[in-house]
Amino acid sequence: MIKGMSIVTVWVLDQDRAKAFYTEKLGLEVRTDMSIGGDGEGGGMRWLTVGAKDQPDVQLTLMVPSSPGLDPESAEALRTLVAKGVLGAGVFTTDDIHRDYEVLKAKGVEFVQEPQERPYGTEALFRDDSGNWFSFTQPREEMDFSKPWDGCVSD
Amino acid sequence: MVTSPDEARLAHLRRLRLAKDVMDRDWAEPLDLDAVAAHAGYSRYHFIRAFKGAYGSTPGQYLTRRRIERAEELLRSANLSVTEICSLVGFSSLGTFSTSFKKQTGLTPSAYRDRYVGRAAGVIPGCYAMLWYGGRDAPARIGGPEDSNS
Repeated sequence: MIKGMSIVTVWVLDQDRAKAFYTEKLGLEVRTDMSIGGDGEGGGMRWLTVGAKDQPDVQLTLMVPSSPGLDPESAEALRTLVAKGVLGAGVFTTDDIHRDYEVLKAKGVEFVQEPQERPYGTEALFRDDSGNWFSFTQPREEMDFSKPWDGCVSD
Repeated sequence: MVTSPDEARLAHLRRLRLAKDVMDRDWAEPLDLDAVAAHAGYSRYHFIRAFKGAYGSTPGQYLTRRRIERAEELLRSANLSVTEICSLVGFSSLGTFSTSFKKQTGLTPSAYRDRYVGRAAGVIPGCYAMLWYGGRDAPARIGGPEDSNS
């Protein structure tokens, strides 16, 4: 039976920049950074993964949509989607969203929504430096249905 | 550093996206299209064309759609008057709000409330409601009459 999720792909526009963003700004750790098939133009594949220090069994692989893995049309389409900001939808969790919101914001992370109360926790939205959006959530222990599902009332 | 046509294209999309994020973040403010366009670093005219090219609706249509969607949520869930909701979601004129609301939902705000009050979104996280549903016109409405009210 399935035991869990261990690797999730995030399409990024530049692996060096993404590595800096996910480690220096988000505070994740690099798990693997290696290349196979050569480093040259179109030559190989760089396998770059990051993860949270407290969650060793889950990692993100930061992949560039480019050759040799993708045909040029597919690569261009994916880069377009990332740059337009329509991809993402992962959730990062925190145990102190108000503190971390200030820290990340001070580091230049782009927030689409400041922390707001939801039945399932306190939630903000940010983008990585490629344009992928993520929820940033401090979960509640129990659902609080007095809080809105959507972002209207608290504004 | 922009060095290739592809990088220039991506930089262009990023600038449009930054301006879109302003509308997603500050929709309740009295957003002025010139100010939104400035976040992309483009003139108003160029911005409107480029935004529509990338996202399928003009910035004004996008912002109106997002504000109406927020108003729908408030009408379903909040104990506020239609006038209060109109102001809260960034419309300065009740007439404009009612017209735009009816155009998008097929109902006046009051009729909408009568039909849907108490029926909240369900167990859909707010981030998904906002980024998947919030700003997009229904396909049939794309290319419809220009909404110049916001």
